[in-house]
Amino acid sequence: MADLSIDFAGIKSPNPFWLASAPPSNTGEQVMRAFDAGWGGAVWKTLGDPIVNVTSRFGGIDYASQRMMGLNNIELITDRPLRVNLAEIREVKRRYPKHAVIASLMTETKNDWKTLIRKVEDSGCDGLELNFGCPHGMCERGMGSSVGQEPKLLEEITSWTKEFARTPVLVKLTPNVGDITEPGAAAKRGGADGLSLINTIKSLIGVDLDRLVPLPRVANASTNGGYCGPAVKPIALHMVAALARDEATRGIPISGIGGIGTWRDAAEFIALGATSVQVCTAVMHYGYRIVEDMIEGLSEYLDAHGMKSVRELTGRAVPAYREWGELDLAYKLVAKIDSRTCIGCQLCVTACNDGAHQCIFTGPEDRARPPHAHAHGLAIAPKPLIVGAIAGDRVPWVDEPECVGCNLCQLVCPVPGCITMEESRTGAPDTWNDRVATGRAHVPGGIHED
Amino acid sequence: MTFKISLPEDRLEQQLPDKKPLLSFAEARTEAERCLYCADAPCIKACPTEIDVPTFIKKIASGNLRGAARTILEQNVLGYSCARVCPVEVLCQGSCVYEAWHKKPIAIGRLQRYATEHAGQGMFVPKALAPALVKRVACVGAGPASLAFAALLTLEGHKAIVLEKRALPGGLNTTGIAPYKLHAEDALHEVEEVTRLGVEIRTGVEVGRDVTAKSLLDEYDAVFLGLGLGEDTRLGIPGETGPGVVGATAWIEQMKLTKANGNAQLGRVLVVGGGNTGIDVAREAALLGADDVAMVYRRGAGDMSGYAHEMDGARKEGVRLVSNAVPVAFVRDGSGKLTALRVARGDNGKPVAGTEYELPCDLAALAIGQSKLRALAGQFPGVAVDARGCVVADVKTGATGNPKVLAGGDCANGGKEVVNAVAEGRDAARALLARWSTRSA
Repeated sequence: MADLSIDFAGIKSPNPFWLASAPPSNTGEQVMRAFDAGWGGAVWKTLGDPIVNVTSRFGGIDYASQRMMGLNNIELITDRPLRVNLAEIREVKRRYPKHAVIASLMTETKNDWKTLIRKVEDSGCDGLELNFGCPHGMCERGMGSSVGQEPKLLEEITSWTKEFARTPVLVKLTPNVGDITEPGAAAKRGGADGLSLINTIKSLIGVDLDRLVPLPRVANASTNGGYCGPAVKPIALHMVAALARDEATRGIPISGIGGIGTWRDAAEFIALGATSVQVCTAVMHYGYRIVEDMIEGLSEYLDAHGMKSVRELTGRAVPAYREWGELDLAYKLVAKIDSRTCIGCQLCVTACNDGAHQCIFTGPEDRARPPHAHAHGLAIAPKPLIVGAIAGDRVPWVDEPECVGCNLCQLVCPVPGCITMEESRTGAPDTWNDRVATGRAHVPGGIHED
Repeated sequence: MTFKISLPEDRLEQQLPDKKPLLSFAEARTEAERCLYCADAPCIKACPTEIDVPTFIKKIASGNLRGAARTILEQNVLGYSCARVCPVEVLCQGSCVYEAWHKKPIAIGRLQRYATEHAGQGMFVPKALAPALVKRVACVGAGPASLAFAALLTLEGHKAIVLEKRALPGGLNTTGIAPYKLHAEDALHEVEEVTRLGVEIRTGVEVGRDVTAKSLLDEYDAVFLGLGLGEDTRLGIPGETGPGVVGATAWIEQMKLTKANGNAQLGRVLVVGGGNTGIDVAREAALLGADDVAMVYRRGAGDMSGYAHEMDGARKEGVRLVSNAVPVAFVRDGSGKLTALRVARGDNGKPVAGTEYELPCDLAALAIGQSKLRALAGQFPGVAVDARGCVVADVKTGATGNPKVLAGGDCANGGKEVVNAVAEGRDAARALLARWSTRSA
C-alpha cells in the first residue's frame, strides 16, 4: 500500500482528500462524520461575520441522464455565530488530532483580520485559507473575488494575515481573472504558504422559460452565482498546472479544487502539481462515502505504477504541459475501429463527416474523397468489407491516408475501447518553434498572397 | 364525420388493461436519453413507414413533444396505434444497436406512444389547392391502409371519402387488436383525428349493396381498395357447425365491441392455429379467466408463424401448446353441446392414421386464416386477384390492372401488420400524387 499521507506547508494530513470550504464542512457534526468516512482534512465553511442567506440557493445543469454535471450556488459564507463554529473546531481537533482542519476566513479591515485570526487560531485549527474567490454576494461587499481579482490588494491583505498568523496561510484564488499566474504570484509575494484553486466561476445556471426568470429563482429574480462540479474540472486543471510550471509560483504547495469526484480526477490534479485536493460538489451529490473509493483507487494506482507515496506523483505531468509551439508536428495518429466490438451506431461516421475531416465511410464501394481532401484519388474500401461480430456490415471503415488523427470519432464512440488512435508514422521531431527558428514557418495561402 | 363513437360501456375487452401502460414523464425522459442517436439508424430501416426514430426520441429528450409527434405522424398518420400494436420486438426495437450489444434496446414503441399521446391537436393543416386542381378519391374500407391513403391526399389539398360497411371505422385497429395493446375507443379516437384533417368517412356503406363499383369509378378520380380480409376460415371437418365453435376474429370483435354479460364464462378453450391471431385469442381467453387454454397446432412449435415473443407472453399467462395435432372432428353430446376436439398426431402437419385422441373443450376458436374478398375486388374492371385471393397490386405504388384503382393493406398483402397497411396506403397516395403532378406539369 502506497503512503497517502501528505505534508502541506506544514499541515499534516493522513491523505490528500480534503473537504472544500462549502456546505459539507458547515458544522462540526458534519466534519466528524466526514473524517469517520475517511476524509483526511476539511476546510471549514468560511468564517467571518455571519450572513443571511436566501432560498433557493443552488442550480444544476444536467447532461442527458447525468444530473448535476455543473452546480451553481448563491449561498454565502457561514450563517452561524463565530463562537459556535470555533467551539466545534476545537471539539473536532480534540477528537481527530491527526486530521487536518483548516479555517477558511473572510473579513475586511486589517484589524478585523487580526481579531479573526487570533480567535480562530485559538481554536486549534491547523491552518488558514483566505477566501479571495467567492464570486457572488460577498464580492459586492468588497470581499471574496473582488480581492482575488486585484493582485495588489490580494498581496497586501495576504501580508497582513502573515503578520498575525502562527499557522500556515493558504490563499484561495478566483478563476474569474484573465491570467491566474498574476494573483498566484501576488499571493506568493504577500507571503502565502500555499494556494488553493479554483474557487467557483461566476455564472448564471439557466433560465426558467415559463417565468422568464434566471435560476436559481428567488421570488421573481435571481443573481449570478458560483459554478462548480465536473464541468469545471478542465478549467481548474489548467489553472493548477499554469501555477505549477510558472517561475513565480513554482514549488509553492497547491490544493487543487474543481470538479473532483473520483481518485482519477484527484490523481490528475496531483500529477499537474497539487499536493492536496478539495472536494465539494461530488460530496453534495453523493455524500461523504465517495472517499472510500478515492483512497483505495489512488492507492491501487500508485502501487500499480511503482510509486511508494502520493508525494512521488505530485507534479509528475507538469513538464509535459508545454506551449503549442513545442509540440511535435511530425507525430501522426490514425483511427482504428475494432470490428469485434463495434455496435454499428455510426456516430463516428456522422461526426467525422460533419465535424471533422470526412474520412470515415460505410459500405463496400470505394468512395470519392471530398474536393478539399489532402490525399489523392479514391478512398479505398476494405476488400472484402469487414463484417463485425456485433454490427455485421454496419462497421465503418477509415480512409487512413486522409485521417488527421483528431480523436473525434473515438470521443463520440459509445463503446469503450472500440476506436483506438494508433501511431502511424513518426519522422524526426519537428516543432513550430523549430520551424520559426530555422526559417521554415511559411505556410502558403496567407492573407497577403493572391 | 358520419360515425359516432358509441361503444357499450361494459365490454369484455375493458377487463384487460394495457400490458405496456403510458410512460410517465420521468420514464419517457430517462428512456429517451438512453438513445445513442445513431446515424443512418437501423431502427428507421426496420420500420415499414421509415419513421425517423432517433430524431423523435431526441425531441422527447429535449422536451419538444409536439415536434416528436410531428416527426412520427408525418411518416405514419396512424403512429399512435402503431406505437401500441406494432411488433416492435421484430421491427424497430429488434434492430436497436443495443440489442446486438446485449443491452436493453430502447423502448421505441412506448416512446412513440408517449409522443403521440401528448401531441395535442392542430398540428397539420391541409394545403389549399385551387378548386380546379382538387381531385376526389374514394376509399373502400376504413382500415389503416385507406386512412393513410386518404390522410395524405387530404393534406395535399385533395378530397377523400372513405366508405365502410361496418358501423364503426378503423378496420382491425377497432375490431381486432388484442385489448391489452389497444382498446377500441382509443382506435376510434385516432380515426377521429384523421377526420379532423378533413377526411370524410361514411359508415354503413357497402360497395355492391349501397353503391356500385361503377358509380365510384365514374364519380371519383381514383378509387383505393383497402378491403381488408373476410370471414374466418373454417376447418371443414365434422361437427364444426353449431354452438361452441367460433371464428377467431369474429370472437375478438364480439369481445371488443359488444356489451358483456358479466364475466366471461369460457370454460376450457382450444384455439386452432399457430399464428398471431391464434396467440392473441389464447392470451385473451386466459386473461379473461378461462379454466384452461390450449393452442392446437398441426406442426411443431418452431414452425409456428406467430412471433416467439408473443408465444412467450402467452405461456406466461398459462397458455399450453398442443403441437403436432391435426383436428379431425368436433365432438358433441346428445344435446349438441361441444365437448371435445378430436385430433390425430401430426407428421409434418399431416394426420397419422390410428393416432387420434380427444382434447376436451367448451369453446373452440378457429384462427387458421381469413377468407379473401375476391367477389368485391372483382367488381372493379381490370383488377386482378391472384391464386391466394389477394388483389394484385404493386407494393410500392398500389397500382392495379385498372389505372384508376389502387390497392393496399391486407387485401393486397394477404394479411400483415397495421404498419405495413399504413405504408402501402401512404405509398399508393404518394405514387398517385406523383402521377398527377407529372400530368399537370
